[in-house]
This record gives sequence, C-alpha cells and structure tokens, in this order.
Amino acid sequence: MAEILHRVPVREQDPKVRAHNFEEVCLGYHMEEAVLEAGRCLKCKNPQCVTGCPVNIDIPGFIREIQEENIEGAYQVISRFSALPAVCGRVCPQESQCEAKCIRGLKGDPVSIGKLERFVADYARDHAIRPAAPTEKKGKKVAVVGSGPAGLTCAGDLAKLGYDVTIFEALHEAGGVLVYGIPEFRLPKNTVVKSEIENVKALGVTIETNVIIGKSTTIDQLLKEEGFSAVFIGSGAGLPKFMGIPGENANGVFSANEFLTRNNLMKAFDETYDTPIFKGKKVAVVGGGNVAMDAARTALRLGAETYIVYRRSEEELPARVEEVHHAKEEGIIFKLLTNPTEILVDENGWVKGMTCIEMELGEPDASGRRRPVEKPGSEFTLEVDTVIMSLGTSPNPLITSTTEGLESNRHKCIVAEESTGQTSREGVFAGGDAVTGAATVILAMGAGRAAAKGIDEYLSAK
Amino acid sequence: MYEIVKKRKLSEHIILMDVYAPRTAKHCYPGQFVIVKTDEKGERIPLTICDYDRAAGTVTIVFQTVGASTKMMAEYEVGETFRDFAGPLGCKTELIDESIEELKKKRMLFIAGGVGTAPVYPQVKWLQEQGVSVDVIIGARNKELIILEEEMRRVAANVYITTDDGSYGRTGNVNDCLKALISEGKVYDHIVAIGPLIMMKFVCLLTKELGIKTIVSMNPIMVDGTGMCGACRLTVGGEIKFACVDGPEFDGHLVNFDEAMKRQQLYRTEEGRAVLRAKEGSTHHGGCGHCEG
Repeated sequence: MAEILHRVPVREQDPKVRAHNFEEVCLGYHMEEAVLEAGRCLKCKNPQCVTGCPVNIDIPGFIREIQEENIEGAYQVISRFSALPAVCGRVCPQESQCEAKCIRGLKGDPVSIGKLERFVADYARDHAIRPAAPTEKKGKKVAVVGSGPAGLTCAGDLAKLGYDVTIFEALHEAGGVLVYGIPEFRLPKNTVVKSEIENVKALGVTIETNVIIGKSTTIDQLLKEEGFSAVFIGSGAGLPKFMGIPGENANGVFSANEFLTRNNLMKAFDETYDTPIFKGKKVAVVGGGNVAMDAARTALRLGAETYIVYRRSEEELPARVEEVHHAKEEGIIFKLLTNPTEILVDENGWVKGMTCIEMELGEPDASGRRRPVEKPGSEFTLEVDTVIMSLGTSPNPLITSTTEGLESNRHKCIVAEESTGQTSREGVFAGGDAVTGAATVILAMGAGRAAAKGIDEYLSAK
Repeated sequence: MYEIVKKRKLSEHIILMDVYAPRTAKHCYPGQFVIVKTDEKGERIPLTICDYDRAAGTVTIVFQTVGASTKMMAEYEVGETFRDFAGPLGCKTELIDESIEELKKKRMLFIAGGVGTAPVYPQVKWLQEQGVSVDVIIGARNKELIILEEEMRRVAANVYITTDDGSYGRTGNVNDCLKALISEGKVYDHIVAIGPLIMMKFVCLLTKELGIKTIVSMNPIMVDGTGMCGACRLTVGGEIKFACVDGPEFDGHLVNFDEAMKRQQLYRTEEGRAVLRAKEGSTHHGGCGHCEG
C-alpha cells in the first residue's frame, strides 16, 4: 500500500558523470514505468490538475490511455491542447501547476504528470506519430513574430483552424528560448525541440528565419503590403540586464544570454562548430533563477569551478526546486545572501575577482519576499575569472518602437488583453514574455493559445 | 539561402560580394549592418552594409579575410549560397533623418580607414543622391589596401588618398591628412570616421581639439545583433550602450575607446587569442571574423 503513495522514480544520469557532459540529465520513464505511474491516477471526476495547467490539457484523459497502453491515443489527447508536449514534459514547473493540485499529493507524492507527458511525447517521436494536419483552409494569412513557445503554440493552433500561418524568426534557427536559452542537458535540441518544430510545420506553418521584425520589415508592412490579416507578436523578453556596478564591462563578464546563446544556439561545446566561448576556470553566476542555474550548470560542464551568487536565501531562489537540486548534486557552490558590489579588473581589462557583501533578510518588500539588506563591513573577495550576470531580461523594444499606436508599459512590455491577446492596435495580438516580461515556457504557450482563439474570433467576425 | 550574385577581389585579402537578400535590400539604409553565416556550423559574422540595390534585391558586403570564418566566406563563389543573411540590423545613420537643407548647410568630411571605406561609401553615395557633396579621406597602410577609390570618386566632391608608407597618394595617416587639409584652408563642421578602433580614437582626439563633431561606427564582438547578448556593450558618455541596437554609430567624442579596445582583444588580437586559447583550450577556434590583428 505504501508503494502507491510514492511516484515511480525516474532514471537520471549519475551527477558525477553528467557534470562532464551535455547529455540529458533525466532519462525519462520506459513503458513499464509509465504504465505503473499512470496507475496511480485516481481519475477524479472533477480533476484539479487540469485547472492547474495553463493550457488545460485533459490530464486524466491522456493518463487513462497510458493505463491502457494506448500511447498513440494518449498523444492525440495531449495534441489537442499542446503543440510542444516533449518540451513541456521537461521544462514546465509541474510541481507548482498540475502536480500541485493532484489529490494524490494530499497524502504522498502527486502523480508524476510531467514525466508521463514527456514519455508520451517521446514515444510519439520515436514512432513517427504526428498530429493530424487540417483539411479545411480559411484562405486568410496570419503572421506570427517569434518562434518561441508562444509563437509556435499560436501558429500551431491557427494552422489547425485552417489559417495560412507564417512565423518570422530573427535568429537563424527556430525555437526562440528553447534553442538559445535552455541548455541541451535539460532540453535536447536535435531530437526534442527540432521534432516538435517539425510537427508545427507539418500542420502547414511556414517558418522564415533571419527576419527581424522592426528592421527587415515592420508590423504595418506585414498588414498593409504582405497581405496578412492579423499579426501575433511573441517576440519574448530577450534584453539582458546588468547590475551597473564597477568593472562590469571587463573581459570575462557576460550576460547569461550571451553565455547560453554561444553554447546552446551556437553550440560552442561542440568542437565541430566555429563558435568561441570563454570558459573560465572559476565562474560566478549572479542570480537565482532558472537561467542562472542553466548558466552555472553549463559553466560547470565546460570545466569551471562554479558559484551561484544570490542576494536572498535558499527559500527565495526563483529557480525550480528540481533545478536547484540538480545543480547542487553536480557540485555548484551556492553563495546565498551574498551580493556583488564590484568586479575587480586586472591591468589588461580582464576579470580577476569580485567583491561581494553579505546580506541578511529584513522586512518583506512589494513582491512579498523579505528584502535583503547589506551587513555593514562584511565585504569579501570571491576569486573568479568569469562573471555571468543572470539578473532577468526585458522585452526588446524593436517592435514597439517601430509600430505606431502599439501601447507598451513602463517595463517595455506590450499591453495586451489576457483572454484574447488583443493589443491597442486592431489586428495586432501579443502574448508570452513580450507581454508579461520573463516568465515560463508554459505561460507563454497559454498566451499563444489564448491569442490564437482571439485572432480566430477577430477574423471570423470581420 | 542567400545567393552570391557577384564577387570581386578589391585587394589581396579584401573581398566584395553582392548577395541576393531581397528583404534586407528593400529595407536597409546606410549605417546599418547584416549578419552572415556561411553554413550550419559557421559563426554569425557582422558586416556593415556597403551598398544595396532595392530593385535587384541585392546587398553588397565587403570583408577582409582574417580568421577561419572570413577565409571560409571568401571561398564562396558566384552562384553559391550563404545559409544565413540577417538584416538590416542597427540604426541607419542619423544623417538620413535630417532635412536636405540642414545637410546642405553642413561642411562634411568622411574619414575612411582600410576596410572601413566600405561602410563610408553608401553614406557618401546617399548624400550625393540628395545633392549633398562631401569630401572623403581614404587612408590605409599601403596602396594595396586602398579600396573603392573609383567608386568613391564618382560620388564625393573630393577624395584624398593617404598611405602610411607613402606608396600612394599623400604620405601619413588620416590625421596627418586632416591636419594638412585644414591648414590648406578647408573648413569642416561634421566628420564621420569609420575604420580601425585605434584610428577612430585618434581622429576623435584630434577633432575634439578642433571642436568638430565626429560620428564613428563601432563594430564590436556580437552574437545575435538584435540586443539579446550584450556582448557588444560599450560605454558612451558614461552610459552602457549596445552597439547592435543603440548604434553602430555614436558620437565619437563620448565613446570610451580604451575600454572598447580592451573588449575587442577578447577575440581580436594575437594576445587576446593566445589568452583565450590558454584559458579555453580546444573550444577556441580563432576564426570568429573579429581577429583582425
């Protein structure tokens, strides 16, 4: 009986081994394990897990199919709600979404919904099962800006409804943060991401890379000259933040975006690529989010002794618990309640260390988290040769600054209605990080889905 | 895929290519740049636009073969394609947004250093098309490195050539030439200087003394070219700017050139490359297109 209270453990690469490679950490369930875990689902009449999912996947529905070992059927259930199940099964924060609401969790572990989703998606890929392409065409063109989670979801949904969809991507590969941001060891690019993008293309979506909206063409030109009836902006939040402390322009200080882009999109870790990257021997990553964990674990794999420097305590770390756990297992050293005050630079302009100050937690601030305050006189030097700033990102103003009448707020986020994605401009919709600021893959997908519905309603009424 | 429709050797190591990229050709302006990637495993190489033909859908790029990536680029022939060609990126030169009357009032001089002649050309050409004539200094180490002279003579009022070794035109660097022109009675109130960092730094030191506003075009290390990576950050007037989205042109009197030169060394100079090789081992391949030596 006690067995049923605990989830079937998922196989992972040994931390000591994986600290030196870029292979995926989590190995996923095999059929037997998946069926066993699916058997733990109580098939609630009023399933709470579905309400915890930003795209409302019929979770008991697909789990029931797994119980019956009909994995293709399970895939078709998920496909009705999500274009990127292999991605979501890996990077969604299930512990605070679907799994947080699972009744099993009241006494014991919740059902391992994320790992089951991943199993179904991987099975479908391995068995060349693809979502069904639409049969009816609407004869209307919709442009999608950005090929990240929001754009892919919106494009996939619109294509299923029969629209002719073209995605415009600024970089040379489609996928947005899935290819430039999230590392290989969490989300394999060639297998997982590429095949999900191929699935979206199989629905009839065209992807045009190397097009920078706002530069190569504009939203207005898409609507007026290129014959698009509506536009969805899912351009993400790509602009890195820096601290503004002395020494930040020294050689050896990188934004997490640069470090990760060189390694993920440009594959610096693979010697057959021409991309240079500065590995460092001792690396400090400043920040405590998922991106900070990704950067630290990447630096570690490239061979550096790696620190996470975060100004609050472990409890406030914004990263997923699983990521923090994995980082610790692999040997990342956490310097918590610590904040950098200056980057020390040698005579040639290279980083030689970082002055930090210890912090303590005071009263809660506007975000509800206890505000870190400096402990006077507690400065010390962390000897590092590389500093990676992972302080969050903000939306790129390229589109808002070139689209007249497109309203944005003081954080440079595009203002859009949550339920439809409608912006201040007719025919222009937006969603994902471009609207919310940096958030999660699944929230962006939820916004892409809502906007697809909004666009369909708008074009149907026209 | 982006087809090469014309290729011309401007000197031993400087190549000009016209690439079919209709979206970029339709929307680009002088001052902007593109990012070229030869194949799947190549680097993203930023290159300032040298010319464009909106009707033909082509963009002209000029590059010097210095590292593995640019050498590989140079091996591409007419009819072959680059995998990626993204642009236009960066801001167009500010001159484009000024009224023709304002431009006509200015006494402008363009200073082009070496391969920096390529990004100067479209600006001078654009101005000539608006009926604004300007002077140009083209400087290089020697005669072999002077490029686009004929093209420039067709669009500029006066072209002054100067070489460090005196093998062609005047003898000396561009600053010597500028000083000579001023002592010969020339008057300028707006200078655009594009070339190696060291040249732009010294031109700016001189023009600051002379009190002549000077615009420079920065070409730092970058990855995406859209504001994402921050690799191209510079200090301009005490503020951090990204060359890719805030520039590439800046007020040269406000640019912290010493910092920019140090940052350039990350991949550019032999010492920088050596440091990187030592620190990075096998992941450094040189050849990023920035290793100009």
